[in-house]
Amino acid sequence: MSTAAATAPDPTAVPSADPSADPSADPRPDHWHFALVGTPNSGKTALFNALTGSRQKVANYPGVTVERKVGLLLTPAGRSVNVIDLPGTYSLRGRSPDEEITRDVVLGRLSSESVPDLLLCVADATNLRLALRLVIELKRTGRPLLLVLNMFDLAQRRGIKIDVARLSAELGVPVVTAVAVKRDGTTQLLARMDEIAEPHFGTAGENTWHPPSASELRTAQREADRVIATAVGAPERPDTLTARIDKVVLHPAAGLIILLALLFIMFQAVFSWAKPLMDLIQSGFDTLGDLSHSALPGGLLQSFIQNGVISGVGSVIVFLPQILILFLFILLLEDFGYMARAAFLMDRIMGSAGLHGRAFIPLLSSFACAIPGIMATRVIDNRRDRLTTILVAPLMTCSARIPVYTLIISAFIPARHVWGFVNLQGLVMFGLYAAGIASALGVSFVAKHFVWQEHETPPFMLELPDYKLPRVRSVALGLYQRAMMFLKRAGTTIFSMMVVIWFLASFPRPPAGATDPAINYSLAAIIGHWLAPVLAPVGFNWQIDVALIPGMAAREVAVAALGTVYAIEGGKEAAEQIGQALANKWSLATALAVLAWYIFAPQCASTLAVIRRETGSWKWMGVTFAYMLTLAYIASFIVYHVAVALGWG
Amino acid sequence: MSESDRPHNGHAGLEHAGLGHAGLGHVSLPLGVAPCGFRGRVDAIEVRGHSGGLPPAEIENRLLELGFVEGAIVEILHEGAIARDPIAVRVNNATIALRRREAMAIIAVAEPA
Repeated sequence: MSTAAATAPDPTAVPSADPSADPSADPRPDHWHFALVGTPNSGKTALFNALTGSRQKVANYPGVTVERKVGLLLTPAGRSVNVIDLPGTYSLRGRSPDEEITRDVVLGRLSSESVPDLLLCVADATNLRLALRLVIELKRTGRPLLLVLNMFDLAQRRGIKIDVARLSAELGVPVVTAVAVKRDGTTQLLARMDEIAEPHFGTAGENTWHPPSASELRTAQREADRVIATAVGAPERPDTLTARIDKVVLHPAAGLIILLALLFIMFQAVFSWAKPLMDLIQSGFDTLGDLSHSALPGGLLQSFIQNGVISGVGSVIVFLPQILILFLFILLLEDFGYMARAAFLMDRIMGSAGLHGRAFIPLLSSFACAIPGIMATRVIDNRRDRLTTILVAPLMTCSARIPVYTLIISAFIPARHVWGFVNLQGLVMFGLYAAGIASALGVSFVAKHFVWQEHETPPFMLELPDYKLPRVRSVALGLYQRAMMFLKRAGTTIFSMMVVIWFLASFPRPPAGATDPAINYSLAAIIGHWLAPVLAPVGFNWQIDVALIPGMAAREVAVAALGTVYAIEGGKEAAEQIGQALANKWSLATALAVLAWYIFAPQCASTLAVIRRETGSWKWMGVTFAYMLTLAYIASFIVYHVAVALGWG
Repeated sequence: MSESDRPHNGHAGLEHAGLGHAGLGHVSLPLGVAPCGFRGRVDAIEVRGHSGGLPPAEIENRLLELGFVEGAIVEILHEGAIARDPIAVRVNNATIALRRREAMAIIAVAEPA
């Protein structure tokens, strides 16, 4: 056993120790690198979560915006393993940026990634056909390979008899069963990792992979079907639940009604369920502000801590409950298997607006935030379709608009019920979402027919997975990751912008003997007054103009900025709710114009940055910015003047 | 099965389908025109011309990767509200959603349930 590690003397090693117990005698590298590969819906990510738990890192691959998920696990023998969760794919042909990453990591072509020591091919044990074809293709790469039959409990429950030994022999690949979503469901997999990975080290075979031709795909699928015929029995108790649910959910009429109802419930929930929690957070920050007010001596520092920091950050964090409720719905629907059905139902409707059915999921994610939505457009492989989706994604009402909408709605729209049960505020909220959707469809229609002048839509092909009960653990992990992302944003971008806006609103100090509020002498007022002539036709006062500037960093900052502007201006009003301040100072027409502005305004620097990165050009970022700004101006102009004409000025 | 004795005659439509084997009760037709509830066995994957800006070979590969190979059992389970499009097709043990336009490339022979 002469290897580099064994011959290099380790001063800490005890020379007489049993080599098997001595880690320094281990010829293997300290870290193993395993890669999870699998078809979409194989439960690959659930397995990744089960194996690595909270020891995960989510980032991007250099140069591309494909999400890179890496985690750490410990095998029973005590070795630590780096596990990388690769984007799901049916083949290594690499038809999209995601799939190219999978191909390049598997083949060891990506210089930034270690060549995987072992490929864990994850397959849904109840649906092996396409996965086994992928296994046959993966074998050609020569990399050590292990097939993981995930959801094995489900296969047993359905009476699918799988002869694991036979399957392994027929495929020429070791096979392990797993139940990612159960405690101890990965015990067998972990135990076998040590024994299976061991003999394979350094024995990677020759890579004979090349993009399979149609006839090779046929041959491989026939081989997979033959293996299934010999090693896998037909289900004795087939899944009838999925078929029964689909009879209703995919019904041409009922399906669309259910989809709309789901969206409606989602937005009502965002508005009403979050209320108690938001009140709690609000009063918490208010108390904190009062405490700092009494603890600090009056003056600049007190103003900075109370108005700049506490009320600024608090006014954004207060929206965390709403964002989490929205993500809760999205995660639940995704895990349940409904998202693919939604894409099916929406394909023709979206298609008539020039969008791909697959754009539905990115656009739906954009309700949470345009950034993950734009990143999710990678599933659309046609460049123009992808570009159209990217251009309209920021029109979907993202969660950062919720603070602005909520603030204005609760200040100006009475909280009464119409038709007995519908909350009027919720209805206006729904209307704003609907306006966002309608404008997105309109813009994509124009792009498709007048800009691209192309009438063909690329193919829509999507697997509709069996329904599965969402797992608390995976939903909780997803919610946690999103909450952290939001809080990190609140803590960095938003906080620093709050400091900037506080500075703009506080300096220069008013001259001695000044009678007007201090803010009227500040830089903010100067900028606001400078913008005023441009924005006066849409009904904006200079305080709004001031708030729009930091709102470029993130839309929700505008709320905090308004709060700062009015808190500092009002003096006594500092303790009041921002909403009350607005209700006193704005006309209804102005409030509605601001709402209209926010449907369209390109007020998010990070979204623009992501568009630049995803499209690889400043041009498309500029196009997005310009068209959205134009629409925002036109929309709020019309809304303001109509409202004034109706006597709401 | 060679080109000459394939029952499908290249015309998209129920009225032309299955002429060769009508007497045996076999109906061969592109899945793209089949009604909801149709059940059959894939006889051929034949992509004619570009579809959605993709070359025929790419469409063929994608269909194959989703399990549409000769011999697979297919059944149309659901169809969309507008123009009965797209369709949800059971292929052996999985359900695939696709548009009727691409499903025109899947030539199937009716099978009794």
